[in-house]
Amino acid sequence: MSPLPNGLGRALRNFRNSAVFAILVSAIAGVGGATIVSVAAARGVQVQSSGWSEAERATLRSLSLTSLEPLAPDPSNRYGDDPRAAALGRELFFDTRLSGNGRVSCATCHVPEKDLQDGTPLAHGVGTTARRTMPIAGTAHNAWFFWDGRTDSQWAQALGPLESAVEHGGTRAQYAHVIAKYYRTEYEDVFGSLPALAQVPRHAGPVADTAARAAWQRLPSTQRDEISRVYANIGKAIAAFERKIEFMPSRFDRYVDAELAGRPQDARTALSKDEEAGLRLFIGKANCVNCHNGPLFTDQHFHNTGVPVPSSSLDLPVDSGRTVGVRQALAGEFNCTSSYSDAKSDCDELTFAVTDGNELVRAYKTPSLRNVAGRAPYMHAGQFASIDEVLSHYNAAPRSPFGKTELRPLHLSPVELSQLEIFLKLLTTPVAAPKGWLEAPSNQANGDRGHVSNY
Amino acid sequence: MRSIRYQLATLAALMLVTGCMMFARPPKDLDYSRTRISAAGSYRATIRPQGDSIPQGKLHRWVLHLEAPNGTPIDACQITVDGGMPQHGHGLPTKPKVTRDLGNGDHLVEGMKFNMGGWWVVKFHIASATGSDSVVFNLKL
Repeated sequence: MSPLPNGLGRALRNFRNSAVFAILVSAIAGVGGATIVSVAAARGVQVQSSGWSEAERATLRSLSLTSLEPLAPDPSNRYGDDPRAAALGRELFFDTRLSGNGRVSCATCHVPEKDLQDGTPLAHGVGTTARRTMPIAGTAHNAWFFWDGRTDSQWAQALGPLESAVEHGGTRAQYAHVIAKYYRTEYEDVFGSLPALAQVPRHAGPVADTAARAAWQRLPSTQRDEISRVYANIGKAIAAFERKIEFMPSRFDRYVDAELAGRPQDARTALSKDEEAGLRLFIGKANCVNCHNGPLFTDQHFHNTGVPVPSSSLDLPVDSGRTVGVRQALAGEFNCTSSYSDAKSDCDELTFAVTDGNELVRAYKTPSLRNVAGRAPYMHAGQFASIDEVLSHYNAAPRSPFGKTELRPLHLSPVELSQLEIFLKLLTTPVAAPKGWLEAPSNQANGDRGHVSNY
Repeated sequence: MRSIRYQLATLAALMLVTGCMMFARPPKDLDYSRTRISAAGSYRATIRPQGDSIPQGKLHRWVLHLEAPNGTPIDACQITVDGGMPQHGHGLPTKPKVTRDLGNGDHLVEGMKFNMGGWWVVKFHIASATGSDSVVFNLKL
């Protein structure tokens, strides 16, 4: 049932089927002849590859993995590029002893075989979280972490789940004991002597559990600080491990690199007509590249895109996204300006962060689109089961349940939506990491993993 | 009847145009010069981005140089920074601030960042003994 009066609806349909409409849309989208070709393609007319304009070539170059700058040191983590810290971080990443029930490790939700995510709408640790697990590859280039950017470093991010009541469900005192018992040598080689822990209770930390919280409060402040420093170093070691996980070039990168170098496309690099049409839409009429820009296909910022409230949210608190996330980052115990950070002054992302305003309401981080095709479900709480659903949402641009969506209707045809989906599959690629880096260490696979620990 | 249909089609086309204009090309007559006169003519302002070219997606610094119309450098003043993408309807991704007066009318602006390509505007509000005024710069990334 058309919402338009019959006459207007018919006139509009006639108009949309006209060549004038195609030209008008092209002019509006501002990508000239290339988009006319795309519109033609959407009508089933064969795409005539017309080459890329200079502006389009610049955009393609900006998206290629070859444009990714070498990973800069993290000034807040001076152990970030220490191979000994990374090796310890790898052990810790897979260690289920770092959990309240002895069954949850980082790898429980960041599954190596699944692009370091878990393929479920909400993550399942010792309980169920309110958000979708984010993948890890390439995230060392980020300024903000989590969907709402509530931490400003990879090491601070790693600490959040460890004390979350629904993720690892443990405490920092428990984890310090694990380090002292199983990793003393590896830890002390990197971070120096562990503090004395004989008088420290097995479960203590500023967590939701009242007994553990009370035990934490009873400790002298100097001892709390020593344990928190061990805890921060656990995060720094895990971050050192994660910094080595990057992306391999995808078919898209190989195509762009050949195109820009003027090399003829061969069977390994060439795009099909639909793939090329999808790419033209992505950087043109569909506006995807506005936010999914740069070699990681993310602007590293936060946007309200009007995604629906998850059906599972009946039991969850209201999720206001960046509004709360930025406040948590500013107040963060382990943020860049904290005493646990190694940064002297370089905390500009935090210093110049937007801290209030309507634009933060229900704004979530733009995720990278690398490997997106194999990473359903989508959005911050897995609201969409398929890319098809995501693209339909962006095409329709519905009102946001809270705040104001930044989207505008795209008026893409079903064929164009299909071409975009086909293009996104070009971004599928294995992650790049040292050999064996993403396999559980053998001593854990054969030994202590998978049972309830004493800690 | 044909005339009514034509008018309705035109109306519908205009509605579509309005919907899509959010991401259209910027107006053709925009002034992208890096020296501008403030709205009420109180200041002549020049921006000098660090490294000259303006990067996308990176925090960087600018120097804002302020003069009175007669060329006298303006040092003692209060400056606030604002901006955004007019066609997208959103502001800057960061909250840049003038952090230091460098002397000779130069002011250090830190926390500049532009997270996407397209037309941006950056607006400086300036208050000094000369008066309160604002100046807007257009940028194309």
